[in-house]
Amino acid sequence: MSAPKLEFPPVVEVGIALEVNDRRYELTVEPRAILADVLREQCGLTATHIGCEHGVCGACTVMVDGAPQRSCLQSAVRFQGKHVETLEAYADDLVMAQLRQAFTAEHALQCGYCTPGMLITARDIVTRLPQADEERIREELAGNLCRCTGYNGIVRAVQRVLRERAASKVTHAA
Amino acid sequence: MKSVAYELDRVDSAQAAARALRAGGWGAKATAGGQSLGAMLNLRLAQPETLIDLDGIAELRGATQDEKFVTYGAMTTHAQVEDGLAPDAANGLMAKVARGIAYRAVRNRGTMGGSLCHADPAADWVSTMPLLDATLIVTNGETPRAIAAPQFMTAAFETQLLEGELLTHIRVPKRSPATRWSYRKFCRKTGEFAHALAAAVYDPQDGTERLVFGALDGAPQVVARAGLMKELASEAGRAALLAPVIATLDSTRAAMLAEMLRLVALDMEKSA
Repeated sequence: MSAPKLEFPPVVEVGIALEVNDRRYELTVEPRAILADVLREQCGLTATHIGCEHGVCGACTVMVDGAPQRSCLQSAVRFQGKHVETLEAYADDLVMAQLRQAFTAEHALQCGYCTPGMLITARDIVTRLPQADEERIREELAGNLCRCTGYNGIVRAVQRVLRERAASKVTHAA
Repeated sequence: MKSVAYELDRVDSAQAAARALRAGGWGAKATAGGQSLGAMLNLRLAQPETLIDLDGIAELRGATQDEKFVTYGAMTTHAQVEDGLAPDAANGLMAKVARGIAYRAVRNRGTMGGSLCHADPAADWVSTMPLLDATLIVTNGETPRAIAAPQFMTAAFETQLLEGELLTHIRVPKRSPATRWSYRKFCRKTGEFAHALAAAVYDPQDGTERLVFGALDGAPQVVARAGLMKELASEAGRAALLAPVIATLDSTRAAMLAEMLRLVALDMEKSA
């Protein structure tokens, strides 16, 4: 008996140009390919993780035009003309350096899978909401799930950076 | 899971979008922020042949206002309302509602128009626009028509949009600064879709008294009459308001809805 002949629909791809981490990537993608997959597989930017593929876990969170956005919900094609940044863009960013240090000090990661998304969201919190209290921090982090830490260390790390930033503002004002 | 293969068609005008939707028939779906549709695509709950990308349509963006209304472009994002970048027609209610939608990353991209047309019974604008007696402006590419928000959604994930029609603007009547409101929804987890939703608006300046029950199985239910706030204030009054709404809900959801209504009543009393 011979194996059934499988007929696959033809693959249709389009050429696009994406601006990611201040670099231009010329890519050929299927329209259905989500940004997260294109970033990881074609751009080699693997800091962006994929968890749920339906927008709730936050592992795929990147920065688009300076604001956090999911990369699992939309075609990569839709990100043309936008300024996309993955965690890799923040290697030399001072705020991100503070966050990395705080995450280490406060034991805010274990396996690290949620961490890139957490850091993107955390950076948005500390820059956009300098007055955030614990309740607000937890509310803002609700879109990033962590299975390892129980969140307390992550909350403490964000609080730590908020305190540091507030203190440095006072110093500069004086 | 990965989506089925589809064509992504970016259009630059409402006319072109309407044309493309008509041409695509059942296989074509408009995509605004893609925050709801994207999840359905990845779960293969939606399997379109063509997505009409609305990003290129300038007229759908921005918000304008005159003395009586704020008119929001359908592509207004939840974050723009949350941050006050789009004016709040309802004395702070809209910004509060916006802040409670999903998560910030979703709010940065998800849109008011997209949410209304997606018509998830548990979505926030789906309940808020009927509460605020908004009007939805849709076009078939040639003629616009106005649909009252309380009538727009007909069933879960179904609206009055005809094939080939596009929602372009949402016109919300401006509430006076004396307006009091409450918006309460029950989520076990921050950012998840509500299991029960109740909200009220009372504008003493023109006597508007409105209540909405949302996160039901189908469209939200609006109650609007003089004396509503008084009914809300008593347990008996609330039970009477709930009775027709909870008839089809299981006891847990009915209890959640009753509790949301009780909290709304407390809020309205406190702000008096």
